[in-house]
Amino acid sequence: MVKSYHPETLEEALKILVETHCIPYAGGTDLMVRYRQGPGLVPNFDRPVMFIGHFPELTAISEKNGEFSIGACVPYRDIIRHPHTPEILRQACSLIGAPAIQNLGTMGGNICNASPAGDTLPPLSVLDATLTLRSVSGERKVSFLSFFTGPGKSILRDDELLTCIHFRLPHFTVEGYRKVGTRKANALSKIAFAGFMLKEKDMLSDVRIALGAVAPTIVRSRELENRLIGQPVAELAELMPDLLKSYGKLIQPITDQRSDANYRKTVSLRLIKNFVLKEES
Amino acid sequence: MSQTIQFNLNGKAVFLKTDPMRRLLDVLRDDFSETGVKEGCGEGECGACSVFLNGKLVNSCLVAVGSITGMNVETIVHFQHTQAYRIIEQAFSDAGSVQCGFCTPGMVLAAYALLKENPDPDETDIREAISGNLCRCTGYNMIVDGIKLAAKKGDGKW
Ligand SMILES: Cc1cc2nc3c(=O)[nH]c(=O)nc-3n(C[C@H](O)[C@H](O)[C@H](O)COP(=O)(O)OP(=O)(O)OC[C@H]3O[C@@H](n4cnc5c(N)ncnc54)[C@H](O)[C@@H]3O)c2cc1C
Repeated sequence: MVKSYHPETLEEALKILVETHCIPYAGGTDLMVRYRQGPGLVPNFDRPVMFIGHFPELTAISEKNGEFSIGACVPYRDIIRHPHTPEILRQACSLIGAPAIQNLGTMGGNICNASPAGDTLPPLSVLDATLTLRSVSGERKVSFLSFFTGPGKSILRDDELLTCIHFRLPHFTVEGYRKVGTRKANALSKIAFAGFMLKEKDMLSDVRIALGAVAPTIVRSRELENRLIGQPVAELAELMPDLLKSYGKLIQPITDQRSDANYRKTVSLRLIKNFVLKEES
Repeated sequence: MSQTIQFNLNGKAVFLKTDPMRRLLDVLRDDFSETGVKEGCGEGECGACSVFLNGKLVNSCLVAVGSITGMNVETIVHFQHTQAYRIIEQAFSDAGSVQCGFCTPGMVLAAYALLKENPDPDETDIREAISGNLCRCTGYNMIVDGIKLAAKKGDGKW
């Protein structure tokens, strides 16, 4: 039987974390499946566990002058219902699991799990989110994309908790979110797509594109986006073949039980093309 | 390492000396004989083990009991004494929503979770609300009909 902790405060939690290197447990929706043993059996956690879902600092959402902060342990349900949640993120969260999963699961858990198929990753990537990581020795803020280093891997140290996710509400004229999965509910993504565009006076002033589940980490390239920025909208179609060829090099999907590499790549490139050429809504 | 965990089960405070990593599902079935809470898949996909945790629908197979200190758990056994339950029960019976019955406790709780927030749901709302509950008998249409009928009979009084 592993030891488990239910600290009263976040400070206490950080102390326990540095002393024991225990497993933080937020909503438990990934952990309880990963360690499950079967009916009547206690999940076989191999290290001590610490419950972190109950701290007020980690369960608050706030929005002030376009600056959004979401506590790492806010369940999806509350993100979906918040009046100012960007549509792109609201859609992503509403397509995660089913209502009962959205009542438990957290965005912090989705990020720290660092699965390439985590559905909140593409929208947070195009929102240019920042993550606050905290340990007893202090706090650091890291950019969203720099957090992930590989499938299931991140720069999070085992004495650190993710405490908060921040972003600025962006001003865009076109946004897009697509989850490609086997069924709508309780299906992990074969591909997830998120994009923002700002089309002004027939010019593309800004664009951000991210894809999930098609490479070891999220696909997002400022370099390729820059090729489109400043271009006349009427000429975007001409740029497509070269652009898609370049995206094709970044999109390196695997074949697994959910989908195959060829399908993932073909559909990803089509999603990019359809999005960039999409009319304003 | 057993610890004493306190939570409220169906309106009564309970103190349980147990391993905090046990699944709420096992605690309810084995320690409290709450056998209306079913185990289907054990990984959060099927909804047979649904309960209300602080009033919200969750899969009890995904909840470690140590995480619910101080919270309120309501199961189908308690919910069946409510007026809302009787409306849903009658509607499910009239619409033929129940066949083998294994998914039914979870379906009833999912239906109530919906109706309490959205007393006049359309078909899409209903299908979304029960999207985490699997039924291998009915093909779902009769359950959707049952929830529509319950919405009509309940007439907003949830
Ligand atoms: C039936 C079902 C359907 C699902 N559907 C989807 C889906 O459609 N899309 C999708 O992306 N995911 C899906 N998931 C996976 C899961 O629900 C999500 O990844 C969820 O966001 C995990 O959050 P959690 O709070 O439950 O994580 P937990 O299980 O509590 O934790 C996950 C991991 O993150 C770590 N962690 C959590 N919070 C912190 C923190 N604040 N600081 C440091 N480390 C932390 C934990 O130690 C653990 O390693 C599904 C899961 C189930 C069971």
